[in-house]
Amino acid sequence: MELPVVNDEQVEILLSDLLEQYGYDFTGYSRASLKRRIIRLYSLDKSLSFAEFRYKVNNDPTYFKRFVEQITVNVTEMFRDPQFFKTLRETVLPKLGTYPFIRIWLAGCSTGEEAYSISIVLKELNLLHKSLIYATDLNPSVLEKAAQGMFALGQMKQYSENYIASGGTMDFSGYYSANYSLAKFDEELKQKIIFSTHNLVSDHSFNEFQLILCRNVLIYFDRDLQNNVLGLFDESLEDLGYLALGTKETIEFSQINKKYKRLPANKIWRKVS
Amino acid sequence: MGKCEAFIVGGSAGSLDVLLRVLPDIRPDIPFPIVIVIHRKHGADSLLPDLLSSRTKLIVKEVDEKEKIVAGTIYIAPSDYHLLIEMDRTFSLDYSEKVNYSRPAIDVTFQTAAEAYKSNLVCLLLSGSNADGVKGLKTVKAWAGKAVIQDPDSAQVAYMPEQAKKHVEIDRILRIEDVAEFINLLR
Repeated sequence: MELPVVNDEQVEILLSDLLEQYGYDFTGYSRASLKRRIIRLYSLDKSLSFAEFRYKVNNDPTYFKRFVEQITVNVTEMFRDPQFFKTLRETVLPKLGTYPFIRIWLAGCSTGEEAYSISIVLKELNLLHKSLIYATDLNPSVLEKAAQGMFALGQMKQYSENYIASGGTMDFSGYYSANYSLAKFDEELKQKIIFSTHNLVSDHSFNEFQLILCRNVLIYFDRDLQNNVLGLFDESLEDLGYLALGTKETIEFSQINKKYKRLPANKIWRKVS
Repeated sequence: MGKCEAFIVGGSAGSLDVLLRVLPDIRPDIPFPIVIVIHRKHGADSLLPDLLSSRTKLIVKEVDEKEKIVAGTIYIAPSDYHLLIEMDRTFSLDYSEKVNYSRPAIDVTFQTAAEAYKSNLVCLLLSGSNADGVKGLKTVKAWAGKAVIQDPDSAQVAYMPEQAKKHVEIDRILRIEDVAEFINLLR
């Protein structure tokens, strides 16, 4: 039989455990994806019963860490959606370059590929020295990986193609040194990145920014939570600042929409009032 | 089998031709949504909805996340996202790991739809060169939905429907010329 090993009711039990035990609130996450991730982990770890699985999540802090890391999606790449990075390079960042100091928030940064991509563009525009990128995620373990700045060498061909398609003209391989199967990115690129935990569901605004990027994170939230998070971004964005979302995400349904003007052909909005 | 509340088509290599042949013959007043998940290269984005739209009077659109699923509409899975169906019959998107080297993966859509629609679901697997969709059809059957495949003999690439035939109890095997009529008669 192919019926699910964890049913809807059990998913809800786990979610309330997480909230009570650890203060992590996943109740505003879209269920189909979340349930699929939970079932995937359950099978991956060859759990014997739901009771055992639940016990481990509740009583074993190491397993809890693994659980959170595995039920959230941490897939990302460098210069994903090259067209988006082209707009950043040619339109958004040059505008922000007229400011004395540029503060960027990358929310849901996962293992950091996008943070390093932004850092590369800033460096090439000669803006890195006066920029600060706050890269946040709710998972401490992905942030540790992000801070190392080492990515699979096998990915570099794809990333290099993305980089070129996004308008990059330097030699991409000049940004990292190969170390066995890993590409280690230059220290200089992470000097202006602060990796830190932040939970979009429960944590508050912590600064004011001129650019907030949160791409392919909102798709995992239900409409109410999306609305709250967009409110948080709005609070954290200066007037005339930019908000960038994933290619299938939008602010059009939300209350903040009326204050924003969308850049043509991009999922980037500018706060105009 | 209850009434058909959703019809989902999955396919890979060789499936686009089938869709282009079948779509013009589908009644414009079908009382259920059609969801299409086919493997395609990332980046060739807006072309597919336009192409399919030119062959039918039905509304054809690429799925938006959290969109409510409406009867009489043809939905296309966006490239490079998995397409999931929620219990409240809205779509959600997911950028998790590829499944069967594919994103969107047919298995993901079939499996989530199976639970949302149970016995009121019909899934069709077309031509293709990997086994994506086979596990999904198994789940569809487990929830009492219907599993239908393109006749492997009529498929440009027989592997995908063949694998389904081998591993799943199939309700109907359709030649290309019978697909439209099969859909039109679903209630």
